[in-house]
Amino acid sequence: MEDLRLMKGNEAFAEAAIRAGCDGYFGYPITPQSEVMEYLMKEQPENRTGMVVLQAESEVSSINMVYAGAACGKRVMTSTSSPGYSLMQEGISYIAGAELPCLVLNVVRGGPGLGTIQPSQSDYFQATKGGGHGDYRLIVLAPSSVQEMADFVGLGFDLAFKYRNPVLMLADGVIGQTMEKVVMPPQRPRFTEEEIRRNTPWATVGKSIDREHNIVTSLDLQADSQERHVLHLQEKYNEIEANEVRCEQIKCEDAEYVLVAYGSSARICQKAVDLLRAKGIKVGLLRPITLWPFPTKEIQALVPHVKGFMSVEMSLGQMVEDVRLAVEGKVKVEFFGRCGGIVPAPEEVVHAVETKLL
Amino acid sequence: MTLNEICKPENLVYKKTSLLTDKVMHYCPGCGHGTIHRALMEVVDEMGLQDKTIGVAPVGCSVLAYDYMNVDMQEAAHGRAPALATAIKRLMPEKFVFTYQGDGDLAAIGTAETIHCCNRGEPILMIFVNNAIYGMTGGQMAPTTLEGMKTATSPYGRDVHKVGWPLRITEMIAPLNGVWSVSRHTVHTPAAVQKLKRAIKKGIEDSMAHKGTCFIEVCSSCNSGWKLSPVDANKWMAEHVLEYFVPGDIKVDGQMVR
Ligand SMILES: Cc1ncc(C[n+]2csc(CCOP(=O)(O)OP(=O)(O)O)c2C)c(N)n1
Repeated sequence: MEDLRLMKGNEAFAEAAIRAGCDGYFGYPITPQSEVMEYLMKEQPENRTGMVVLQAESEVSSINMVYAGAACGKRVMTSTSSPGYSLMQEGISYIAGAELPCLVLNVVRGGPGLGTIQPSQSDYFQATKGGGHGDYRLIVLAPSSVQEMADFVGLGFDLAFKYRNPVLMLADGVIGQTMEKVVMPPQRPRFTEEEIRRNTPWATVGKSIDREHNIVTSLDLQADSQERHVLHLQEKYNEIEANEVRCEQIKCEDAEYVLVAYGSSARICQKAVDLLRAKGIKVGLLRPITLWPFPTKEIQALVPHVKGFMSVEMSLGQMVEDVRLAVEGKVKVEFFGRCGGIVPAPEEVVHAVETKLL
Repeated sequence: MTLNEICKPENLVYKKTSLLTDKVMHYCPGCGHGTIHRALMEVVDEMGLQDKTIGVAPVGCSVLAYDYMNVDMQEAAHGRAPALATAIKRLMPEKFVFTYQGDGDLAAIGTAETIHCCNRGEPILMIFVNNAIYGMTGGQMAPTTLEGMKTATSPYGRDVHKVGWPLRITEMIAPLNGVWSVSRHTVHTPAAVQKLKRAIKKGIEDSMAHKGTCFIEVCSSCNSGWKLSPVDANKWMAEHVLEYFVPGDIKVDGQMVR
C-alpha cells in the first residue's frame, strides 16, 4: 500500500533521508530549512534505523562532519540555506577533491548578505559553477515539488556513490515550506560494515591486514600528479554530463516559444503556459531537473523549431547564461525574474512573454 | 665482538614499530613531530589497535602524517579535525579516533571546533602539538607565540597589548564537563617521551571507554621557525616555553588537579 503523507518539503526531505538508509545528518539551524533537523530530532531515527543526528556548532563544522562521515563510507548529509551554504564552500571543495559521496540540501533564500528569509533562486551560480575553490563540479538536483524533495534523497545518494561525488539539492523556500501530498519511498537498509568494506574499499574504517592503510585527502603537493588528479575529476564530470542530464518538457512538441525554469519557478511557469495557451500562444516549458549537468542538448534540439526562449528565475538572471550558451545566439533568449524573496505570479510571466518574447 | 654477534634478537633494545611506514619524514631535523608520531604509533601498536584506529591530521606541518602513520587516516581542512573526529566517532563508536593538531589549527582557526568537541565530550584523543609558531607556512605568529617572540608576522616581537596574550587553550578547555583528562607534555628528553607515552595509553583507554574527551598538549620545538639549532631550541623551550606552558596534569579522571 502507498504511504501517502501531507508534509512540508523540508519534512519530506528529512523523512526520506531516514528511509534512504542515511547514516548521519549534521546540521545547523537556519530559516527556511530548520524543519529538517527539527523533524529528525523529534523522530529520533537512532531508534528506527540507527541513523545519527547531530546539531553542530556551525555550518563550517557540519560540512566537515559530512566529509568525515563520507570518508568512512557512510551515507551522510547536511542541509542549510544560503548564508550557511556559503560557509560550507571550503568543506565542499575538500569533499569534491577527495571524491567523497554525500548529499547537501540548500533551501535557497534571497541574498546577498543576510538578505531575506523569503524564497529565492539566487544561488544558481554558486551551485552550478563551483562555489568553492578549485576545478570541481557538483551534481545539482532541483526539486520542484514536495514529492521530489523526498524522491531526490535516494536518487542523490545513489548518484553520489556511483560517481564518488557530492550531490547538491538546490531547492528554495517555497518548496521547503509548502505542504503537499507525498508518497514516501520504502525503507532502505543502512550499509553494513561488510558492504562498506566491499563497495567502498577506500573508506577509513580501520586498517585490516588484507589491505594497505586507507588515506582520505585532497592534498597532492606535486604539480604533475595534482594535474593528473584534476584531469581524472574532469573525466568523471564528462561522464556525468553524458549520462545524468535530467529534464522535463511540458507541451514543447508544438511550442513556438519555450520557457526554461526550475524549482518553484517551473511550477509558476506551468500555470503561465496554460494561461498563454488559452490565449492561443503556443508556449512550452523545459524544466531542468539537473542544473549541472545542464540540459544543453535538450535545449539545442528545440532550437530549430522555436522562435525564442525565456528563462524565468527568482533571481536577476543566472541560469539564463546557460540557456544562452546552449542556444548559441541562434534564436532570441529573454529573461524574466523577480528577486529579494518575491515569488512572481503566473500573470507576470504571461505579461513578460507578451512584452519581451513575442 | 663482531657486528653479527651483537645483532641478535636477545640484544634488541629498540625496534621501529610497523605502525610507522618506511617513508622518509619531511620534518626538519630537530623537529618534535617525528618523536610524537612515534610515541603515538608505538602505543597504538602495543595496544593492538591498528585495525580499530582512525586518525585525523589537518593542515599544518603534520598534514602528511598520513604518509607516516600506518593506520587509516583522514586529512582535514585547517582547524576542522575535531569536527571530523566527532562524526567518525559518532558513526563508529567502537573505534579509536584521534586528532593530531598544531596550535594555529587547534587554537586559532579551529577554536570553535575544539571547544565544542570538548564540550560535547566526544570520546576521542586530541593530540595538540604546540610549537608556538606556524611552522608550515614559514614561521608566522601563532596564538601560542610567547610575548616578545619574533616571528615573520611579529618581526619586532609579539606585542601582547596589540595582538593579545599567548593563549593557554588547554587550560581553557580543561574545566569543561565533557573533558575527561588534560595534561601537558614535552618530547625534549627521553624521560619526557616515556611520560607522554603513558599519557597516550591512558587517553586511548579512557576515550575507548567513552569517558569523555582526552586532551594531551605536547610542547614541541620548531628550531627552523625559532631560528635556533636543534640543541638550542630544546634549551630555549625548557627556559621559556615551559615557563608559560607548564607541563603536568591539569585534569585527571574528570577532576581538575591544577
Ligand atoms: C583556510 C586556510 N587558511 C590558511 C591556511 C594556511 N595554513 C596552512 S598551515 C597553517 C598554520 C599551521 O600552523 P599550526 O597549526 O601551528 O601547525 P604547524 O605547521 O606549526 O605544525 C596555515 C595558516 C590553510 N591551509 N587553510
